[in-house]
Amino acid sequence: MSAGHQGHALPGWVTAAAAVGTGFVLLPLAAMVLRIDWPRFVPLVTSDSSLAALGLSLRTSAVSTLLCVVLGVPMALALARDTVPGQRLLRPLVLLPLVLPPVVGGIALLYTFGRRGLLGQSLDLLGVQVAFSTAAVVIAQTFVAMPFLVVSLEGTLRTSGQRFEAVAATLGARPGTVLSRVTLPLVLPGLVSGAMLSFARALGEFGATLTFAGSLQGSTRTLPLEIYLQRETDPDAAVALSLVLVAVAVGVVGVAHGRRGGSARLRTLLSWSRAGAPR
Amino acid sequence: MTGRRARAAAAAVAAGLLAGLLSACSPAAGQAGEPSRTVTVFAAASLKKTFTELAHRFETAHPGTSVKLSFAGSSELAAQLNEGAPADVFASADQANMAKVEASAGVEGKPVVFASNVLTIAVPPANPAHVTSLADLARPGTKVVVCASQVPCGAAARTVERAAGVALHPVSEELSVTDVLGKVSSGEADAGLVYVTDTKAAGGTVRSVSFDASSAARNLYPIAALRSSADKALAAEFVALVAGAEGRKVLGDAGFGAP
Repeated sequence: MSAGHQGHALPGWVTAAAAVGTGFVLLPLAAMVLRIDWPRFVPLVTSDSSLAALGLSLRTSAVSTLLCVVLGVPMALALARDTVPGQRLLRPLVLLPLVLPPVVGGIALLYTFGRRGLLGQSLDLLGVQVAFSTAAVVIAQTFVAMPFLVVSLEGTLRTSGQRFEAVAATLGARPGTVLSRVTLPLVLPGLVSGAMLSFARALGEFGATLTFAGSLQGSTRTLPLEIYLQRETDPDAAVALSLVLVAVAVGVVGVAHGRRGGSARLRTLLSWSRAGAPR
Repeated sequence: MTGRRARAAAAAVAAGLLAGLLSACSPAAGQAGEPSRTVTVFAAASLKKTFTELAHRFETAHPGTSVKLSFAGSSELAAQLNEGAPADVFASADQANMAKVEASAGVEGKPVVFASNVLTIAVPPANPAHVTSLADLARPGTKVVVCASQVPCGAAARTVERAAGVALHPVSEELSVTDVLGKVSSGEADAGLVYVTDTKAAGGTVRSVSFDASSAARNLYPIAALRSSADKALAAEFVALVAGAEGRKVLGDAGFGAP
Protein backbone atom coordinates (compact mmCIF):
# COMPACT_ATOMS: atom_id res chain seq x y z
CA MET A 1 0.00 0.00 0.00
CA SER A 2 2.72 2.48 0.97
CA ALA A 3 5.24 1.53 -1.69
CA GLY A 4 5.95 5.20 -2.40
CA HIS A 5 7.36 5.99 1.04
CA GLN A 6 10.52 3.90 0.99
CA GLY A 7 12.84 6.69 -0.24
CA HIS A 8 13.52 8.67 2.93
CA ALA A 9 14.02 7.76 6.56
CA LEU A 10 11.48 8.58 9.28
CA PRO A 11 12.42 10.92 12.14
CA GLY A 12 13.72 8.94 15.10
CA TRP A 13 10.88 9.91 17.43
CA VAL A 14 8.31 8.60 14.98
CA THR A 15 10.07 5.24 14.94
CA ALA A 16 10.26 5.28 18.75
CA ALA A 17 6.56 6.13 19.12
CA ALA A 18 5.71 3.42 16.58
CA ALA A 19 7.70 0.92 18.64
CA VAL A 20 5.76 1.90 21.78
CA GLY A 21 2.49 1.57 19.88
CA THR A 22 3.45 -1.84 18.53
CA GLY A 23 4.40 -3.00 22.01
CA PHE A 24 1.09 -1.73 23.34
CA VAL A 25 -0.75 -3.98 20.87
CA LEU A 26 1.53 -7.02 21.01
CA LEU A 27 2.28 -7.17 24.74
CA PRO A 28 -1.27 -8.17 25.83
CA LEU A 29 -1.26 -10.88 23.15
CA ALA A 30 2.08 -12.17 24.40
CA ALA A 31 0.79 -12.07 27.99
CA MET A 32 -2.16 -14.22 26.92
CA VAL A 33 0.03 -16.74 25.11
CA LEU A 34 2.22 -17.02 28.23
CA ARG A 35 -0.81 -18.07 30.28
CA ILE A 36 -1.74 -20.94 27.98
CA ASP A 37 -1.83 -24.37 29.55
CA TRP A 38 -0.09 -26.13 26.64
CA PRO A 39 -0.49 -29.76 27.80
CA ARG A 40 -4.26 -29.23 27.95
CA PHE A 41 -4.45 -26.98 24.88
CA VAL A 42 -5.58 -29.56 22.34
CA PRO A 43 -8.21 -31.24 24.56
CA LEU A 44 -9.52 -27.81 25.58
CA VAL A 45 -9.99 -26.48 22.07
CA THR A 46 -11.35 -29.75 20.69
CA SER A 47 -14.07 -30.27 23.32
CA ASP A 48 -17.63 -30.63 22.00
CA SER A 49 -18.66 -27.15 23.09
CA SER A 50 -15.50 -25.54 21.70
CA LEU A 51 -15.83 -27.19 18.29
CA ALA A 52 -19.54 -26.38 18.15
CA ALA A 53 -18.78 -22.72 18.91
CA LEU A 54 -15.90 -22.54 16.40
CA GLY A 55 -17.96 -24.21 13.66
CA LEU A 56 -20.92 -21.93 14.32
CA SER A 57 -18.70 -18.84 14.32
CA LEU A 58 -17.07 -19.76 10.99
CA ARG A 59 -20.40 -20.61 9.35
CA THR A 60 -22.24 -17.51 10.54
CA SER A 61 -19.30 -15.20 9.79
CA ALA A 62 -19.05 -16.61 6.26
CA VAL A 63 -22.77 -16.01 5.64
CA SER A 64 -22.54 -12.54 7.22
CA THR A 65 -19.59 -11.64 5.00
CA LEU A 66 -21.56 -12.75 1.94
CA LEU A 67 -24.48 -10.57 3.04
CA CYS A 68 -22.09 -7.67 3.65
CA VAL A 69 -20.81 -8.01 0.08
CA VAL A 70 -24.29 -8.34 -1.44
CA LEU A 71 -25.65 -5.31 0.46
CA GLY A 72 -22.46 -3.34 1.04
CA VAL A 73 -21.04 -3.20 -2.50
CA PRO A 74 -24.06 -1.33 -3.90
CA MET A 75 -23.92 0.98 -0.86
CA ALA A 76 -20.24 1.72 -1.43
CA LEU A 77 -20.83 2.30 -5.16
CA ALA A 78 -23.62 4.75 -4.38
CA LEU A 79 -21.67 6.56 -1.64
CA ALA A 80 -18.57 6.91 -3.84
CA ARG A 81 -20.61 8.91 -6.38
CA ASP A 82 -21.22 12.44 -5.21
CA THR A 83 -24.45 12.57 -7.20
CA VAL A 84 -26.55 10.62 -4.69
CA PRO A 85 -28.96 13.04 -2.97
CA GLY A 86 -28.51 13.43 0.79
CA GLN A 87 -25.24 11.53 0.58
CA ARG A 88 -23.45 13.73 3.09
CA LEU A 89 -26.12 12.93 5.65
CA LEU A 90 -26.45 9.29 4.66
CA ARG A 91 -22.81 8.27 5.02
CA PRO A 92 -22.42 8.88 8.77
CA LEU A 93 -25.78 7.21 9.37
CA VAL A 94 -25.07 3.99 7.51
CA LEU A 95 -21.63 3.82 9.13
CA LEU A 96 -23.17 4.21 12.59
CA PRO A 97 -22.72 0.53 13.63
CA LEU A 98 -18.97 1.25 13.49
CA VAL A 99 -19.15 3.56 16.50
CA LEU A 100 -22.26 2.16 18.19
CA PRO A 101 -21.54 0.04 21.27
CA PRO A 102 -22.47 -3.51 20.17
CA VAL A 103 -24.93 -3.89 23.05
CA VAL A 104 -26.79 -0.84 21.76
CA GLY A 105 -26.79 -2.41 18.31
CA GLY A 106 -28.26 -5.55 19.83
CA ILE A 107 -31.03 -3.59 21.53
CA ALA A 108 -31.80 -1.77 18.28
CA LEU A 109 -31.97 -5.10 16.42
CA LEU A 110 -34.23 -6.50 19.14
CA TYR A 111 -36.62 -3.57 18.67
CA THR A 112 -36.58 -4.24 14.93
CA PHE A 113 -36.62 -8.01 14.47
CA GLY A 114 -37.66 -9.11 17.97
CA ARG A 115 -41.04 -10.63 18.74
CA ARG A 116 -42.49 -7.24 19.69
CA GLY A 117 -40.24 -5.35 17.29
CA LEU A 118 -41.03 -3.12 14.34
CA LEU A 119 -40.79 -5.95 11.78
CA GLY A 120 -41.03 -8.83 14.24
CA GLN A 121 -44.81 -8.85 14.37
CA SER A 122 -45.13 -8.98 10.58
CA LEU A 123 -42.47 -11.70 10.44
CA ASP A 124 -44.39 -13.59 13.12
CA LEU A 125 -47.50 -13.55 10.90
CA LEU A 126 -45.41 -15.08 8.12
CA GLY A 127 -44.31 -17.79 10.53
CA VAL A 128 -40.75 -16.50 10.75
CA GLN A 129 -39.29 -16.19 14.22
CA VAL A 130 -35.85 -14.65 14.33
CA ALA A 131 -35.35 -14.64 18.11
CA PHE A 132 -32.97 -17.30 19.45
CA SER A 133 -32.18 -18.59 15.93
CA THR A 134 -28.90 -18.78 14.04
CA ALA A 135 -30.41 -16.21 11.67
CA ALA A 136 -30.37 -13.72 14.55
CA VAL A 137 -26.62 -14.30 14.94
CA VAL A 138 -26.09 -13.62 11.23
CA ILE A 139 -28.21 -10.46 11.41
CA ALA A 140 -26.22 -9.16 14.39
CA GLN A 141 -22.89 -9.93 12.70
CA THR A 142 -23.92 -8.38 9.38
CA PHE A 143 -25.14 -5.25 11.17
CA VAL A 144 -21.82 -4.62 12.90
CA ALA A 145 -19.54 -5.83 10.07
CA MET A 146 -21.05 -4.12 7.03
CA PRO A 147 -19.53 -0.65 7.64
CA PHE A 148 -16.04 -2.16 7.38
CA LEU A 149 -16.75 -3.32 3.84
CA VAL A 150 -18.48 -0.09 2.85
CA VAL A 151 -15.72 2.18 4.20
CA SER A 152 -12.94 0.08 2.73
CA LEU A 153 -14.53 -0.25 -0.70
CA GLU A 154 -15.65 3.36 -0.91
CA GLY A 155 -12.09 4.48 -0.19
CA THR A 156 -10.74 2.25 -2.98
CA LEU A 157 -13.41 3.48 -5.39
CA ARG A 158 -12.57 7.12 -4.68
CA THR A 159 -8.82 6.50 -5.03
CA SER A 160 -9.14 4.64 -8.33
CA GLY A 161 -11.21 7.45 -9.81
CA GLN A 162 -13.65 7.24 -12.70
CA ARG A 163 -11.39 7.73 -15.73
CA PHE A 164 -11.62 4.17 -17.00
CA GLU A 165 -15.38 4.06 -16.49
CA ALA A 166 -15.71 7.29 -18.43
CA VAL A 167 -13.67 5.86 -21.31
CA ALA A 168 -15.70 2.64 -21.35
CA ALA A 169 -18.94 4.62 -21.37
CA THR A 170 -17.65 6.79 -24.22
CA LEU A 171 -16.92 3.60 -26.17
CA GLY A 172 -20.58 2.65 -25.79
CA ALA A 173 -20.53 0.24 -22.85
CA ARG A 174 -23.77 0.15 -20.86
CA PRO A 175 -23.69 0.94 -17.07
CA GLY A 176 -23.99 -2.76 -16.19
CA THR A 177 -21.08 -3.66 -18.44
CA VAL A 178 -18.94 -0.82 -17.07
CA LEU A 179 -19.63 -2.02 -13.55
CA SER A 180 -18.85 -5.69 -14.13
CA ARG A 181 -16.01 -5.31 -16.66
CA VAL A 182 -14.25 -2.15 -15.46
CA THR A 183 -15.19 -0.88 -12.00
CA LEU A 184 -15.34 -4.11 -10.00
CA PRO A 185 -12.13 -5.68 -11.44
CA LEU A 186 -10.34 -2.39 -10.68
CA VAL A 187 -11.38 -2.34 -7.02
CA LEU A 188 -11.24 -6.10 -6.40
CA PRO A 189 -8.29 -5.85 -3.97
CA GLY A 190 -10.22 -3.26 -1.95
CA LEU A 191 -13.32 -5.43 -2.04
CA VAL A 192 -11.40 -8.48 -0.83
CA SER A 193 -9.73 -6.63 2.02
CA GLY A 194 -13.06 -5.07 2.99
CA ALA A 195 -14.70 -8.49 2.98
CA MET A 196 -11.88 -9.90 5.12
CA LEU A 197 -12.23 -7.10 7.65
CA SER A 198 -15.97 -7.73 7.77
CA PHE A 199 -15.32 -11.43 8.33
CA ALA A 200 -12.92 -10.67 11.17
CA ARG A 201 -15.38 -8.26 12.76
CA ALA A 202 -18.22 -10.79 12.43
CA LEU A 203 -16.02 -13.46 14.00
CA GLY A 204 -15.36 -11.29 17.05
CA GLU A 205 -18.94 -10.06 17.47
CA PHE A 206 -20.13 -10.45 21.06
CA GLY A 207 -22.40 -7.76 22.46
CA ALA A 208 -25.07 -7.57 19.79
CA THR A 209 -25.25 -11.37 19.55
CA LEU A 210 -25.62 -11.75 23.30
CA THR A 211 -28.34 -9.10 23.49
CA PHE A 212 -30.24 -10.10 20.39
CA ALA A 213 -29.69 -13.79 19.65
CA GLY A 214 -29.17 -15.46 23.03
CA SER A 215 -26.69 -18.22 23.75
CA LEU A 216 -27.32 -21.90 23.04
CA GLN A 217 -24.67 -24.43 22.08
CA GLY A 218 -24.74 -25.19 18.37
CA SER A 219 -27.32 -22.59 17.39
CA THR A 220 -26.42 -19.20 18.82
CA ARG A 221 -23.38 -19.61 21.09
CA THR A 222 -20.52 -18.34 18.94
CA LEU A 223 -16.86 -18.53 19.90
CA PRO A 224 -16.69 -15.17 21.74
CA LEU A 225 -19.75 -16.13 23.82
CA GLU A 226 -18.23 -19.55 24.55
CA ILE A 227 -15.00 -17.87 25.67
CA TYR A 228 -16.91 -15.59 28.02
CA LEU A 229 -18.86 -18.53 29.43
CA GLN A 230 -15.79 -20.76 29.85
CA ARG A 231 -14.17 -18.02 31.91
CA GLU A 232 -16.79 -18.69 34.59
CA THR A 233 -15.53 -22.17 35.34
CA ASP A 234 -12.37 -22.87 33.37
CA PRO A 235 -10.17 -19.83 32.65
CA ASP A 236 -7.62 -22.12 30.94
CA ALA A 237 -10.21 -23.14 28.36
CA ALA A 238 -11.13 -19.49 27.81
CA VAL A 239 -7.51 -18.54 27.18
CA ALA A 240 -6.98 -21.49 24.82
CA LEU A 241 -10.10 -20.60 22.83
CA SER A 242 -9.03 -16.95 22.76
CA LEU A 243 -5.82 -17.99 21.07
CA VAL A 244 -7.80 -19.91 18.45
CA LEU A 245 -9.91 -16.82 17.80
CA VAL A 246 -6.81 -14.63 17.58
CA ALA A 247 -5.13 -17.10 15.21
CA VAL A 248 -8.14 -17.15 12.88
CA ALA A 249 -8.42 -13.35 12.99
CA VAL A 250 -4.70 -12.86 12.35
CA GLY A 251 -4.95 -15.26 9.42
CA VAL A 252 -7.87 -13.32 8.00
CA VAL A 253 -6.31 -9.89 8.43
CA GLY A 254 -3.07 -11.28 7.03
CA VAL A 255 -4.89 -12.42 3.92
CA ALA A 256 -6.58 -9.02 3.62
CA HIS A 257 -3.37 -7.00 3.90
CA GLY A 258 -1.01 -9.58 2.44
CA ARG A 259 0.79 -9.47 -0.87
CA ARG A 260 -0.80 -8.24 -4.07
CA GLY A 261 -3.01 -10.38 -6.24
CA GLY A 262 -6.63 -9.88 -5.28
CA SER A 263 -8.19 -12.72 -7.19
CA ALA A 264 -5.64 -15.24 -5.94
CA ARG A 265 -6.40 -14.09 -2.41
CA LEU A 266 -10.12 -14.41 -3.06
CA ARG A 267 -9.66 -17.99 -4.22
CA THR A 268 -7.58 -18.77 -1.15
CA LEU A 269 -10.24 -17.26 1.03
CA LEU A 270 -13.04 -19.19 -0.61
CA SER A 271 -11.31 -22.53 -0.36
CA TRP A 272 -10.26 -21.71 3.19
CA SER A 273 -13.71 -20.73 4.39
CA ARG A 274 -15.21 -23.80 2.73
CA ALA A 275 -12.69 -26.04 4.44
CA GLY A 276 -13.23 -24.26 7.74
CA ALA A 277 -17.00 -24.49 7.68
CA PRO A 278 -18.27 -28.06 7.69
CA ARG A 279 -21.56 -28.61 5.82
CA MET B 1 15.26 25.09 10.83
CA THR B 2 11.75 26.00 11.87
CA GLY B 3 10.66 22.55 10.79
CA ARG B 4 13.20 20.95 13.08
CA ARG B 5 12.21 23.20 15.97
CA ALA B 6 8.54 22.45 15.42
CA ARG B 7 9.30 18.77 15.39
CA ALA B 8 11.29 19.03 18.61
CA ALA B 9 8.43 20.96 20.18
CA ALA B 10 5.93 18.35 19.03
CA ALA B 11 8.07 15.60 20.51
CA ALA B 12 8.32 17.47 23.81
CA VAL B 13 4.56 17.98 23.88
CA ALA B 14 3.96 14.32 23.08
CA ALA B 15 6.36 13.22 25.81
CA GLY B 16 4.72 15.60 28.29
CA LEU B 17 1.27 14.33 27.39
CA LEU B 18 2.37 10.74 27.78
CA ALA B 19 3.94 11.44 31.18
CA GLY B 20 0.80 13.29 32.30
CA LEU B 21 -1.39 10.48 31.10
CA LEU B 22 0.66 7.84 32.89
CA SER B 23 0.73 9.76 36.18
CA ALA B 24 -3.01 10.41 35.95
CA CYS B 25 -3.59 6.70 35.46
CA SER B 26 -1.54 5.58 38.44
CA PRO B 27 -3.70 5.23 41.55
CA ALA B 28 -1.04 6.65 43.89
CA ALA B 29 -1.28 10.09 42.31
CA GLY B 30 -5.04 10.21 42.78
CA GLN B 31 -5.01 9.22 46.43
CA ALA B 32 -2.24 11.57 47.55
CA GLY B 33 -4.59 14.53 47.76
CA GLU B 34 -7.42 12.80 49.65
CA PRO B 35 -7.10 12.75 53.42
CA SER B 36 -10.37 10.76 53.82
CA ARG B 37 -10.59 7.01 54.26
CA THR B 38 -11.94 4.89 51.47
CA VAL B 39 -13.37 1.39 51.47
CA THR B 40 -13.61 -0.30 48.08
CA VAL B 41 -16.32 -2.95 47.86
CA PHE B 42 -16.57 -5.57 45.10
CA ALA B 43 -20.14 -6.85 45.16
CA ALA B 44 -22.22 -9.25 43.06
CA ALA B 45 -24.41 -7.53 40.46
CA SER B 46 -27.60 -8.64 42.26
CA LEU B 47 -26.58 -6.52 45.26
CA LYS B 48 -26.48 -3.26 43.33
CA LYS B 49 -29.55 -1.60 44.86
CA THR B 50 -29.07 -2.80 48.43
CA PHE B 51 -25.34 -2.12 48.61
CA THR B 52 -25.72 1.35 47.11
CA GLU B 53 -28.20 2.07 49.90
CA LEU B 54 -25.96 0.51 52.56
CA ALA B 55 -22.90 2.37 51.29
CA HIS B 56 -24.83 5.62 51.62
CA ARG B 57 -25.74 4.78 55.22
CA PHE B 58 -22.13 3.82 55.97
CA GLU B 59 -20.85 7.14 54.65
CA THR B 60 -23.42 9.01 56.75
CA ALA B 61 -22.47 7.07 59.87
CA HIS B 62 -18.72 7.50 59.23
CA PRO B 63 -18.11 11.12 58.19
CA GLY B 64 -14.98 11.53 56.10
CA THR B 65 -15.15 8.06 54.60
CA SER B 66 -16.25 7.14 51.14
CA VAL B 67 -17.40 3.78 49.82
CA LYS B 68 -16.41 2.85 46.30
CA LEU B 69 -18.63 0.16 44.79
CA SER B 70 -17.84 -2.13 41.88
CA PHE B 71 -20.64 -4.39 40.68
CA ALA B 72 -20.24 -7.33 38.30
CA GLY B 73 -20.88 -11.05 38.14
CA SER B 74 -19.34 -12.82 41.15
CA SER B 75 -16.97 -14.90 39.02
CA GLU B 76 -15.85 -11.79 37.13
CA LEU B 77 -15.07 -10.05 40.44
CA ALA B 78 -13.34 -13.13 41.84
CA ALA B 79 -11.14 -13.28 38.74
CA GLN B 80 -10.29 -9.58 39.08
CA LEU B 81 -9.43 -9.96 42.78
CA ASN B 82 -7.26 -12.99 42.13
CA GLU B 83 -5.43 -10.98 39.47
CA GLY B 84 -4.61 -8.38 42.11
CA ALA B 85 -7.41 -5.81 41.81
CA PRO B 86 -7.22 -3.48 44.84
CA ALA B 87 -10.33 -3.88 47.03
CA ASP B 88 -11.21 -4.06 50.72
CA VAL B 89 -14.42 -6.10 50.78
CA PHE B 90 -15.85 -8.84 48.57
CA ALA B 91 -19.52 -9.83 48.62
CA SER B 92 -20.27 -12.84 46.42
CA ALA B 93 -23.60 -14.21 45.19
CA ASP B 94 -22.38 -17.75 45.80
CA GLN B 95 -19.96 -19.63 47.99
CA ALA B 96 -17.95 -21.13 45.13
CA ASN B 97 -16.57 -17.76 44.04
CA MET B 98 -15.83 -16.73 47.62
CA ALA B 99 -13.91 -20.00 47.99
CA LYS B 100 -11.86 -19.09 44.88
CA VAL B 101 -10.91 -15.75 46.46
CA GLU B 102 -10.16 -17.39 49.83
CA ALA B 103 -7.81 -19.79 48.09
CA SER B 104 -5.98 -17.21 46.00
CA ALA B 105 -6.24 -13.51 46.98
CA GLY B 106 -7.08 -14.39 50.60
CA VAL B 107 -9.64 -13.02 53.07
CA GLU B 108 -9.53 -11.89 56.71
CA GLY B 109 -10.98 -14.57 58.96
CA LYS B 110 -13.99 -16.56 57.76
CA PRO B 111 -16.55 -15.19 55.25
CA VAL B 112 -19.96 -14.42 56.80
CA VAL B 113 -23.15 -15.50 55.05
CA PHE B 114 -25.43 -12.42 55.15
CA ALA B 115 -28.33 -13.23 52.81
CA SER B 116 -29.98 -15.90 50.70
CA ASN B 117 -31.89 -15.88 47.45
CA VAL B 118 -34.12 -18.37 45.66
CA LEU B 119 -35.22 -18.74 42.06
CA THR B 120 -38.59 -17.76 40.69
CA ILE B 121 -40.21 -17.85 37.27
CA ALA B 122 -40.19 -14.47 35.54
CA VAL B 123 -42.85 -13.94 32.88
CA PRO B 124 -43.80 -10.87 30.82
CA PRO B 125 -46.60 -8.88 32.55
CA ALA B 126 -49.24 -10.28 30.15
CA ASN B 127 -47.95 -13.85 30.69
CA PRO B 128 -48.61 -14.85 27.05
CA ALA B 129 -47.80 -18.53 27.61
CA HIS B 130 -50.07 -18.74 30.71
CA VAL B 131 -47.33 -20.03 32.97
CA THR B 132 -48.51 -20.95 36.48
CA SER B 133 -46.02 -23.64 37.51
CA LEU B 134 -42.55 -24.97 36.76
CA ALA B 135 -44.12 -27.89 34.84
CA ASP B 136 -45.72 -25.36 32.44
CA LEU B 137 -42.22 -24.38 31.31
CA ALA B 138 -41.68 -27.86 29.88
CA ARG B 139 -44.71 -27.56 27.57
CA PRO B 140 -43.69 -27.70 23.89
CA GLY B 141 -43.69 -24.27 22.26
CA THR B 142 -43.01 -22.37 25.47
CA LYS B 143 -39.88 -20.30 24.99
CA VAL B 144 -37.91 -20.68 28.20
CA VAL B 145 -34.60 -18.97 28.94
CA VAL B 146 -32.28 -19.98 31.79
CA CYS B 147 -28.69 -19.28 32.79
CA ALA B 148 -25.93 -21.55 31.47
CA SER B 149 -24.95 -24.21 34.03
CA GLN B 150 -21.50 -22.62 34.41
CA VAL B 151 -22.96 -19.53 36.12
CA PRO B 152 -24.53 -19.75 39.62
CA CYS B 153 -28.11 -19.02 38.50
CA GLY B 154 -27.80 -21.82 35.93
CA ALA B 155 -26.51 -24.29 38.50
CA ALA B 156 -29.48 -23.37 40.71
CA ALA B 157 -31.85 -23.86 37.77
CA ARG B 158 -30.50 -27.41 37.21
CA THR B 159 -30.98 -28.18 40.89
CA VAL B 160 -34.64 -27.12 40.94
CA GLU B 161 -35.28 -28.97 37.66
CA ARG B 162 -34.03 -32.17 39.28
CA ALA B 163 -35.91 -31.51 42.55
CA ALA B 164 -39.18 -30.97 40.68
CA GLY B 165 -38.61 -33.77 38.18
CA VAL B 166 -39.08 -31.39 35.26
CA ALA B 167 -36.90 -31.41 32.14
CA LEU B 168 -36.63 -27.97 30.52
CA HIS B 169 -35.59 -27.37 26.91
CA PRO B 170 -34.46 -23.76 26.99
CA VAL B 171 -34.17 -21.76 23.76
CA SER B 172 -31.17 -19.98 25.25
CA GLU B 173 -28.71 -20.49 28.11
CA GLU B 174 -27.65 -16.98 28.96
CA LEU B 175 -24.34 -15.87 30.44
CA SER B 176 -25.89 -13.93 33.33
CA VAL B 177 -29.17 -13.58 35.18
CA THR B 178 -29.56 -10.03 33.82
CA ASP B 179 -29.52 -11.43 30.29
CA VAL B 180 -32.32 -13.85 31.22
CA LEU B 181 -34.33 -11.01 32.71
CA GLY B 182 -33.75 -8.90 29.58
CA LYS B 183 -35.05 -11.63 27.29
CA VAL B 184 -38.22 -11.94 29.40
CA SER B 185 -38.90 -8.23 29.91
CA SER B 186 -38.45 -7.59 26.18
CA GLY B 187 -41.00 -10.32 25.47
CA GLU B 188 -38.57 -12.43 23.40
CA ALA B 189 -38.98 -15.30 25.83
CA ASP B 190 -42.19 -16.53 27.48
CA ALA B 191 -40.50 -17.28 30.77
CA GLY B 192 -37.13 -17.39 32.50
CA LEU B 193 -35.67 -18.63 35.75
CA VAL B 194 -34.24 -15.72 37.75
CA TYR B 195 -33.84 -14.79 41.41
CA VAL B 196 -36.74 -13.49 43.49
CA THR B 197 -34.83 -10.24 44.05
CA ASP B 198 -34.42 -9.74 40.29
CA THR B 199 -38.16 -9.75 39.65
CA LYS B 200 -38.65 -7.42 42.61
CA ALA B 201 -36.03 -4.99 41.30
CA ALA B 202 -37.44 -5.18 37.76
CA GLY B 203 -40.62 -3.47 38.93
CA GLY B 204 -43.53 -3.86 36.53
CA THR B 205 -41.53 -5.09 33.53
CA VAL B 206 -41.85 -8.75 34.58
CA ARG B 207 -44.15 -10.77 36.83
CA SER B 208 -42.97 -13.41 39.27
CA VAL B 209 -44.54 -16.88 39.41
CA SER B 210 -43.26 -18.72 42.49
CA PHE B 211 -42.94 -22.49 42.64
CA ASP B 212 -42.42 -25.00 45.46
CA ALA B 213 -39.20 -26.61 44.25
CA SER B 214 -37.40 -23.24 44.39
CA SER B 215 -36.38 -23.97 48.00
CA ALA B 216 -34.21 -26.84 46.68
CA ALA B 217 -31.62 -24.30 45.54
CA ARG B 218 -31.02 -21.62 48.12
CA ASN B 219 -28.18 -19.35 47.04
CA LEU B 220 -26.10 -18.13 49.97
CA TYR B 221 -24.31 -14.74 49.83
CA PRO B 222 -21.00 -14.58 51.77
CA ILE B 223 -19.08 -11.38 52.53
CA ALA B 224 -15.50 -10.93 53.75
CA ALA B 225 -12.79 -8.32 54.23
CA LEU B 226 -9.84 -8.99 51.96
CA ARG B 227 -6.35 -9.78 53.18
CA SER B 228 -4.88 -7.18 50.81
CA SER B 229 -7.06 -4.40 52.26
CA ALA B 230 -5.14 -1.24 53.16
CA ASP B 231 -7.71 -0.30 55.84
CA LYS B 232 -8.78 -3.54 57.49
CA ALA B 233 -10.58 -1.82 60.40
CA LEU B 234 -12.85 0.11 58.05
CA ALA B 235 -13.41 -2.97 55.88
CA ALA B 236 -14.47 -4.94 58.95
CA GLU B 237 -16.92 -2.18 59.90
CA PHE B 238 -18.54 -2.32 56.47
CA VAL B 239 -18.86 -6.11 56.72
CA ALA B 240 -20.45 -5.67 60.18
CA LEU B 241 -22.98 -3.20 58.78
CA VAL B 242 -24.01 -5.58 55.98
CA ALA B 243 -24.22 -8.66 58.22
CA GLY B 244 -25.91 -6.74 61.06
CA ALA B 245 -29.49 -5.69 61.73
CA GLU B 246 -29.37 -2.68 59.41
CA GLY B 247 -28.10 -4.76 56.52
CA ARG B 248 -30.71 -7.42 57.23
CA LYS B 249 -33.48 -4.80 57.03
CA VAL B 250 -32.31 -3.28 53.71
CA LEU B 251 -31.70 -6.70 52.13
CA GLY B 252 -35.01 -8.07 53.43
CA ASP B 253 -36.89 -5.15 51.86
CA ALA B 254 -35.32 -6.04 48.50
CA GLY B 255 -36.53 -9.64 48.73
CA PHE B 256 -33.41 -11.37 50.05
CA GLY B 257 -34.01 -14.18 52.52
CA ALA B 258 -32.33 -14.62 55.90
CA PRO B 259 -28.89 -16.24 55.79
